[in-house]
Amino acid sequence: MEEKKIFELSFEKALCRRKRVQKILFMLFRIAALINCAALFLIVAFIFMKGWKAITWEFLTQSPLEMMTKGGILPCIVGTLFLGIGAIVVALPIGVASAIYLNEYARPGKLLRLIRLGISNLAGVPSVVFGLFGLAFFVIWLKMGVSIIAGVLTLASLTLPVIIGSTEEALKSVPNTYREASLALGATRWQTIYRVVVPAALPGILTGAILGLSRAAGETAPIMFTAAVFYTPNIPASPFDKIMALPYHIYVLATAGTNIEATRPLQYGTALVLITLVLGMNLAAIVWRSKLRKKMK
Amino acid sequence: MTENYKMRVSHLNFYYGKAQALHDISLNIKKSQVTALIGPSGCGKSTFLRCLNRMNDLIPSGRVEGEIIFDDFDINAPSVDVVMLRRRVGMVFQKPNPFPKNIFENVAYGLRVNGVKDKAFIESRVEESLKKAALWDEIRDRLHESALGLSGGQQQRLCIARALAVEPEIVLMDEPASALDPIATQKIEDLIGELKENYTIIIVTHNMQQAARVSDMTAFFYMGKLIELDETDTLFTRPRLKQTEDYITGRFG
Repeated sequence: MEEKKIFELSFEKALCRRKRVQKILFMLFRIAALINCAALFLIVAFIFMKGWKAITWEFLTQSPLEMMTKGGILPCIVGTLFLGIGAIVVALPIGVASAIYLNEYARPGKLLRLIRLGISNLAGVPSVVFGLFGLAFFVIWLKMGVSIIAGVLTLASLTLPVIIGSTEEALKSVPNTYREASLALGATRWQTIYRVVVPAALPGILTGAILGLSRAAGETAPIMFTAAVFYTPNIPASPFDKIMALPYHIYVLATAGTNIEATRPLQYGTALVLITLVLGMNLAAIVWRSKLRKKMK
Repeated sequence: MTENYKMRVSHLNFYYGKAQALHDISLNIKKSQVTALIGPSGCGKSTFLRCLNRMNDLIPSGRVEGEIIFDDFDINAPSVDVVMLRRRVGMVFQKPNPFPKNIFENVAYGLRVNGVKDKAFIESRVEESLKKAALWDEIRDRLHESALGLSGGQQQRLCIARALAVEPEIVLMDEPASALDPIATQKIEDLIGELKENYTIIIVTHNMQQAARVSDMTAFFYMGKLIELDETDTLFTRPRLKQTEDYITGRFG
């Protein structure tokens, strides 16, 4: 009788303590999650407050004037769109094909481990190193010169590991029972992949593509030696033209302009355009993805 | 009378890496009959079933020895195309696994991958297959809705229709009703009875009453070996071996 009481008492005490511990921990987790949102909100709000005054019709539709202290940033917007979209157009097929090979065809072994090691290390290479690689390989060795095409290829190398990684995750999440069902009906492995596995993995692949696109659009270091220039008033006409780009333009205005303080509003305005572009593309992709998911259910 | 065998398995061994999962299995499958494979979990009955349409090719460390003669050829011979084999030896899986497509496309899938383009033919074959699987009347008005919206039992009958659409000669069923409720199970069992006129069926089941109800022949597997094979009535009433008797009376397994 005594013993039972002792047990119950200590049980009660422990229960209170356990509940308190849980409460505190969950509170901490919630705060951690909120810090994320707060960071994004602060960045966007700050850029918006500082930059919105610079946004005018002229700013979005004209070339820079008077040593870039006036005028607009149209060449930069066009340049960034070309670079980002170009990088995805190059990297997406190669990345998806690699991921399909790695996840669906390749037999586990030394070679596969080696390739995976290579890809995960590629993902860890600093972007400025990609820039130098692009300069040495595409610009100089392949004689592309400083051009859109060299920048696109450099950015594509940078986004490849992102796309491969997310595509592989997406393929892995497709249940094996789909593959088995397809093969058991007399489909070849390739038919199984392109009729069943890839459609089921499409939302995930899309997510990877957009992450890659956002990253490519926002990078500065890889394009500063390979594609972007200080100033060019022209909208590019060929893939071998040099271009301006939003992130590089911000960098130039903030560090090397003739009058750095006077161009602050332009810098924030440019940053606001860049961030709107990237978030806009993300939003479009999320909408598209949820539509795809609904279609599948 | 010479027996009409659809598949003749002799001295079949199967290995997962170094572990041997099947030991010297010899077993003949009669045409237009239902053969049930029973035995405790891990006894090798599913592995055996998956040898028959070479689904085990998917296991990187898997290795098979022995002969599996289908009509008149060894299915493991280098000249045999596994895609052709799987068209002729269909399979229904343990958990219903319809594709995330609409009902029509699920059934049409096998035809499409096998190169059929004729629309009218596909349409009539889809209808015919759904009727054979006793599903047509329930879903005729929603052919273009997602298959994932069907109940578990309907999904499994859809998977059967999907398998039938490519006109297999043998249908392998791997515990096809184990994830279903009793009423859906009843429907699947009735269906198996109807299908055996035109198809040779091999079914793995954990449920001994089910084996007794649906099958003509029953094979009892234990520890990767075929212990006893006989007509179902005989095996369940007068098993030759003590081991079989112990299993079917529930004394072990």
